[in-house]
Amino acid sequence: MVCRKYHELTRKRPRARARGHHSPVVTNQPYLRTFVTPAALCALAFIVAMAAILQYSVRAYIPGSLEPGGLTLANFAALMKPLYARVFLDTVWICFLTAFCTLIVGYPIAYALVHVSNPTAKSIVLITVVTPLFLGEVVRTYSWIIVLGNNGFINSVLLKLGVIEHPIQFMFTTFGVVVALVHVTMPVMVIMLAAALSHIDRDYQKAAESLGAGPVRAFLTVTLPLSMPGIIAGVTTAFAWTFSAFATPQLIGGGRVNMVSNLVYQLGFASFNFPFAASLCVAGLALTLVVLSALRLAARPLEKIGPH
Amino acid sequence: MPRSAYQRLLGVIGVCIVIAILGFLVLPAVVVTIAAFNDKALLSFPPQGLSWRWFSHAIAYQDFREGFRNGVIVTLWSSTISLFVGAAFALALDRYRFRFKNVIEGVLVSPLFIPHFTVGLGFLILAAQIGVANTYMVVIVCHVILVLPFVLRSVYVSLRNLDPRFELAAASLGAPPHRVLTTVTLPLLLPGLVSGWLFAAILSFNEFTASLFVTAQRTQTLPVAMYNYVREYADPSMAALSVMYIVATAALLTFANAFLGLGKVLNVEHSR
Repeated sequence: MVCRKYHELTRKRPRARARGHHSPVVTNQPYLRTFVTPAALCALAFIVAMAAILQYSVRAYIPGSLEPGGLTLANFAALMKPLYARVFLDTVWICFLTAFCTLIVGYPIAYALVHVSNPTAKSIVLITVVTPLFLGEVVRTYSWIIVLGNNGFINSVLLKLGVIEHPIQFMFTTFGVVVALVHVTMPVMVIMLAAALSHIDRDYQKAAESLGAGPVRAFLTVTLPLSMPGIIAGVTTAFAWTFSAFATPQLIGGGRVNMVSNLVYQLGFASFNFPFAASLCVAGLALTLVVLSALRLAARPLEKIGPH
Repeated sequence: MPRSAYQRLLGVIGVCIVIAILGFLVLPAVVVTIAAFNDKALLSFPPQGLSWRWFSHAIAYQDFREGFRNGVIVTLWSSTISLFVGAAFALALDRYRFRFKNVIEGVLVSPLFIPHFTVGLGFLILAAQIGVANTYMVVIVCHVILVLPFVLRSVYVSLRNLDPRFELAAASLGAPPHRVLTTVTLPLLLPGLVSGWLFAAILSFNEFTASLFVTAQRTQTLPVAMYNYVREYADPSMAALSVMYIVATAALLTFANAFLGLGKVLNVEHSR
């Protein structure tokens, strides 16, 4: 009994002391208001802006006027028209395709980034991968137009070499749009995969190999499942970012490949139908939420294999 | 363990794949550089004659000049504001307990997943309703919201890596909270603050989709001016401008990598 009490005393005391030491930094929370108020104001501004969209999405459109009319659900009913429903389906398809291709192309790079030991090579890979992230959509898209156009780089080279007789049509096709979009989403995907891969203990793979698994088998049964959280994070982010893309489908799609973003812009700035544009945004947000949570749900059994 | 021929073959294949993918990543930059020096007004490969004239044309173009000026104004304001707001909130997030902590954090991080055209349209409608459309203010506020998640992240990561014993030592030696903050915490956070600001500045300067919605003719930033140019003209001026962009961005990133460790900021390497 006495012994136990002594134990408790000695165990508790250092903790209480630590808390006492912490007090000027932690418990008084100096400058709490100063630190939090600006951020709260920013959050408030953003909430108000999103509320403005919600509010416009249920207002009537008065042709020729920038002011919306009374409350209505007509905007959401119009979304069901095949013309608009089609754009939504196309968008989801392009997002999936892009996310999947980015995963396939991004994984080897992330793996190399984590496993390359030479610091110079590592820096080169990192900067090559990350630069597109900071280039901005317009520059990247413009560069791809020069690569993919009918007089562009690929077609000129192939024509000169005599591989083809007529230019291949890359512009205004889903293929062209997806190639450019994969380039855009690569950096985030690689960053997320590399973050997950760098946290995996390499001894696991070595253990598998020493137990007789070949490098391919060791990778497929050990490293790949362990990197599942990174894969899921990367795919969901790539999906959300692709959904947000505007300049790429607008310029490379050229009106023939339309995504929700292009429709919103067209409705807002060509026909000034802001209520309908707002309802498209709301539907788009709802759709992203549904798809992302579905992806997470579907991935849950896979994720269980990953971290223990 | 000696490496077998099979393993070496796998290694070689892996390196080839990685180089091919890196080639895919740099291809547009390389091609746009070649196109920028093309003497002819129409794009063609291989280029006939080399010249710098598209560079001078791009620099002299009025819309690009104004776009650059507007972009610098917007970027300086928005990245600085978001640095102050983000750093203060990251500190509070890391150490304090307060009401609506999770709500505020969730709202501030959500622009990462909300399409930029939605953010842009929201601020456009809001600005029109309170009568501040066509002002720099709405563009700056919109950019602050968009880059804040990145600032938060980079400051938060460096806060996590900060050894609290330094602050405790200062406090136990009698330093009041403001002295601990200004003489210990902030100097130790400096790399995180600089990289956060740099991130914010680059992203804000390049932000396009939301800017397209919230800028007017008077306040249009460089990416918006470039977008309008691409839609109207096909000469290589835009390629020349892109090259300047790529060089500047790569230089900034190399600088950031050398001084701050990009890998640590992006969380692909362990910091300890």
